[in-house]
This record gives sequence, structure tokens and C-alpha cells, in this order.
Amino acid sequence: MAEESFLTDDFLRQLINVGEVDILVGLPTYNNAKTIGSIVHTIQSDILRCFPRERAVIINADGGSRDGTPELVTGISIDDLRPASNLEALRTLHSISTKYATSPQNGVALRTILAAAELLRAKACVVMSPESANLESEWLAKLLRPIYRDGFDLVTPAFRRHKFEGLLITNLVYPMVRALYGVRIREAYTREYGFSGRLGSQFLGQNVWNDGTGGAGVELRFTLAAITGGFQICQTFLGEKDHIERRGADLVPALRQTAGTLFSALEPDFPVWSTVAGSHPVPTTGADREVLLEPVRENRKRLREMFSTGVAELDSVLQSILSPSTLAELQGIARLGEEEFHYPAKLWARTVYEFAASYQKSVISRDHIIQALAPLFRGRVLTFVIENRNASADDVENNIEGLCLEFEQLKPYLLQIWKSRE
Amino acid sequence: MREMIISELSQALHELARGFAHFLPRLIVMLIITFVGWVIAYVVKVALRSILRLIKFDKLSEKAGASQLLAKAALPSATELLSRFVFWVAWLGFILLGVSVLGILGLQEQIARFFLFLPRLFIAIFTMFFGMLAASFFSRAALLAAVNANVPSPRVLNLAVRSIIIIFVLSIAFEELGLAQHTMLIAFGIVFGALMLGLAIAFGIGGRDLAQRFLEKRFVRDKKEEENEDELSPL
Repeated sequence: MAEESFLTDDFLRQLINVGEVDILVGLPTYNNAKTIGSIVHTIQSDILRCFPRERAVIINADGGSRDGTPELVTGISIDDLRPASNLEALRTLHSISTKYATSPQNGVALRTILAAAELLRAKACVVMSPESANLESEWLAKLLRPIYRDGFDLVTPAFRRHKFEGLLITNLVYPMVRALYGVRIREAYTREYGFSGRLGSQFLGQNVWNDGTGGAGVELRFTLAAITGGFQICQTFLGEKDHIERRGADLVPALRQTAGTLFSALEPDFPVWSTVAGSHPVPTTGADREVLLEPVRENRKRLREMFSTGVAELDSVLQSILSPSTLAELQGIARLGEEEFHYPAKLWARTVYEFAASYQKSVISRDHIIQALAPLFRGRVLTFVIENRNASADDVENNIEGLCLEFEQLKPYLLQIWKSRE
Repeated sequence: MREMIISELSQALHELARGFAHFLPRLIVMLIITFVGWVIAYVVKVALRSILRLIKFDKLSEKAGASQLLAKAALPSATELLSRFVFWVAWLGFILLGVSVLGILGLQEQIARFFLFLPRLFIAIFTMFFGMLAASFFSRAALLAAVNANVPSPRVLNLAVRSIIIIFVLSIAFEELGLAQHTMLIAFGIVFGALMLGLAIAFGIGGRDLAQRFLEKRFVRDKKEEENEDELSPL
């Protein structure tokens, strides 16, 4: 209950009026007026259809929207749904909105939702992305049911995605989480997930809220906390994931949210991951991944140029991060033409592990280490694109599996450099 | 006459002996101060070296780029250099303290000035070190940002940021030391102005096409560029 102190009096008053709930839906928003209306409608109809007897609340944690997003969330009445869908609620469905800051911060938004969940003694909670343009009916139920009825603590989604979408997830987050923590979670960094009140309270009490990053990648940290805390985790297939941001220009922030969060978690989690060997799948409802194969535009020339330029220009930076042999191999690859370009999975795994160890030792500014990974990741993306350009869904999966196995096999190397590098 | 000469001579010898008798204890005191000062300075040096090793000062120096400079100049590590510097400053201080005991006219003022100069020297060194650290950090930040934004010739940007900060820091350090203040101010103005002008000319005239491409890329997202974008999303 100590966490309630950062909540505003008005928000606390609204929470007290709600009382206890069974289900809590968290909606972190910031200028999402375009999509939030349909999302709230879908959430409300899902609650009416799938959980009519449960006490439910929608908590909107807003980061200072100026387009009326909070008003849209609280203004949508459940009565609007009833005539159209012939749905009847046996309980009152509350919608509460609070403005936690004047600028969006994922960490504060999640903390607000978790604190509300703890105060309302919610049994099952779900966080939904306000950017989901294609939020489908049943998503909410799929994320909540395993917690509410089957006793799981965390439900992560599995999506139908294009083979070249979410490349940071398939080439770094999934293989590394799998190799280090021993759990095969496809989407460890996700904007939609369900969790138990128990897990929410445990994470709320952790010292992760004042790290100065504004909560970048807090969703990944949440998943890792569930793994290290020994909570019951499962996956559920949701369908096709929409893509709001596709351009590679957002790579550095994306690396901060994923690689940065993962690298910084390795230090406190060392006692857990250092003893894990191999990996095991988690219970999954439906497929754990489906791959779309339609052709997309990719600029291989640009990827190669940015990799080669990065390796050449960042020579002095990479020298302080990578071992001489790894750097020499990268310099060799940087000289290759587009046709013969190949950044092997094993070398990529070694590169990532050396970056992780250097991050832990803070050989240079940690943010600079993450930024220096961007051009190398582009090189890995190019190889992934070349390898899978004409590949079938099975071939793509086999290539990802091969990469994961390289990460698992090289784990002793990470342990070695983790302990030895000065 | 002869008696007078003998008397004057003996008086002079007496005074010399008396003067020497006065001076000898002071000389011994000076030597003792010098010796004790050496011992203290040595202890300080050893203690400082241990502390600096404990806080991994060499790593900090490496991050600041100072270690590379020292290696190029065939100088010892930053920890060793700073320890030796403190040793010499401390011992020199004790030597001068000892010399002041001798009571030599005119020397007292110089010694006082030396001790007044010491804090300024330390501030100048402090400024230089953290200036190097800032130059290293910001130039690396500029380099990484330029590489990830695909800006052409990122090392030029890196070098420009580093040079500007180092020149700025040098001018502050020299001003603190009181060395050729006017000359330094003018030199700083000239170098800084020349650097800016040079960059402007190089970027605007020498690299006109480059500048055009950069500005277009920064402010105009034309159709051609949109076509160059790929659809590979990281998340």
C-alpha cells in the first residue's frame, strides 16, 4: 500500500469509489484519440461477453495527451454497446482516467496501473496497447482467461507477423532471453499482456522505477521479473499484429528499450541466469508464431552501407567493447560486397554477448554502447534478409531456431567474459 | 695600526662565526623540514596511488582519452603521473618552507606567491581533466549520432566537437593559471572563429553537394527518399 503515495488524491478517490474488482484493464495512453475509441469499445464488449459476472474496471494512465484521449476513454458508455450487440452487464463497468505526467513515460504508466490493481485487489489484469489499430475481439479474453481461470501469472502474446517484422525480437530478444533465462517466450517485449495481481504486486515492490530511463523497456523487465520470480508463464496466440512504426529510423530507441533493458537486467539477475542450462518451451494456446511471406520493400544497399560505415567509423568505440578477434571478423565482413555479404549467427551471438559484458563493465557510457550496436544490428538484419528472402515459413523458423541454438551454445563464453573482463 | 687590523679582523671573524652559529641551526631545520617533507610527500604519493587504483582512475582516464595521449607521449599511466605530480608539489612545498626558515630577504614573498599559486594549479588540472572527459564523451556521442543518422563524414563532426571543447577547456585552464591571459583570449577567439569559419566554408562551399544532401535529408522528405526507406521494423 506504500505505492499509493505517488497517485493523485483525485485518482485515489475514484479508486476508492470503485471498491474491489476481479478484472482490471490498463490502458497507457498518449495522444491516441484516433484509435482509443474503437479499442475501448472492443474492451467493453469483450468484458460484457466473456466476463459478465466479474467486477471490472478500465484504468487509463495518460501521459499528458492534448487530443482529448482521456475524455474519450471515460466518455464511452457501456450503454452504447447494449442495443447493438445485445449484451447485458450484471455489474457496473468503471472507466477511470488519470494524468500521471505531462510527457509519456511507460514506467510511470505501468506503475500507476499496478498500484491501482493492488489497491483494487484485482485478481487478473491486462495491459492493452492504445496503438493497436486492429485490436480484435477475443484478445482481452485470451490474455485474461489463463490467469483468471487457469492460475497463470503472466500471459504473453504470440502473433502472426511478417518474416521481416520485429527483427530485433527475432534476432536478439528472443534468442537471448531463451539462452540466458531458459524460457522460450516469443514476445518477451510486448505492449499487450495479462498478469495476475500477485505478479503485479511483486513487481511493484521491485526497485526498478527510478533508473532514470523513464521506464523504457519496462515491459521486458516485467517479463524477466516473472521468469526470475518463478511465476507461471504461458503464451496465447492473438492473431495478426499491426505495425504502426515500420521505419528503421527508430532503431536506436528500440535498442534502448530491448537490448538496453536486457543488458541492465543481467547484472541483478546473474544468480538466476548463470545457473540455467538449455531452454524449455512455455505452455501455449494456439500457435506460438505464424509467419507471413508476402514481399516487402527492403533496401539492402543501405543496410550494407550503414553496417560498413559503422564498423569503419566507430573503430575506436568498438575497440573498447569487442574483443580483437570479433572486431577483426566484423571488419572483414564490412569489406564484403552486397552479394557475398554474410554475418554468421555465431558471430552475431558473440557480438551481442561481448556488448552485454562491456555494458556490465561500463567500459564507456552505457547508452553509447547501445548506440554502437545499431550499425552491427543492421548488418545482421541484412544477412537475415538475404537468408530468408525466398524462404518458406518453415525455413524462416529453422533459421531463427539455428540462431537461438548458437546463443545457447555460446552461453559459457558469456559467463567467461562476464567474470573475467576488467 | 697593526693592533687595529688584528682587532677588526678578529671582530669580523667573530661576527662571521656568530652569523654562522645563527645560520647553522636554520640550515639544520631546513634540512630536517626537507627530509620530513620528503617522507610525508612519499607517504602521500603511495596513499594517493592506492586510492586512485582503488577507484580505477586509469579507467576514467582511458574514457577521457587522456591515457591514449600519455601513451603517445611515452609517459606513465595517469595514476602514476598524478601520484608523482602530487609528490613533487608536496615536496617542493616543504623545500620552500624550509628555505623560508633561512630568512633570506626577498625569497619569502616568492614562496608565499608559490603557495598562493598552488590552488589555481590544481583547479587548472582539474578543469583540464574533466574537460578532456567531456570532450571525449560529447565527441563520441556526436560520432554515434552521426553514424546512426547516416550523416556523411561523421569523423569530421567528431573531430570538430572534440576540438571546440578542448580549445575552450584550454583557454579556461590558462586563464585560471594567469598565463598570458590576453594572448590566450585573443588566440582562443582567433582559433575558434577560424574553426567555425573553416567548417562553414568547408561545408558550404567545398561540400556544397554534401550540404545540399544533408539539408534535404534533414528538412525535405521527398518521394525518392521515401522509396529508399525499407519496411523492416525492429519491434
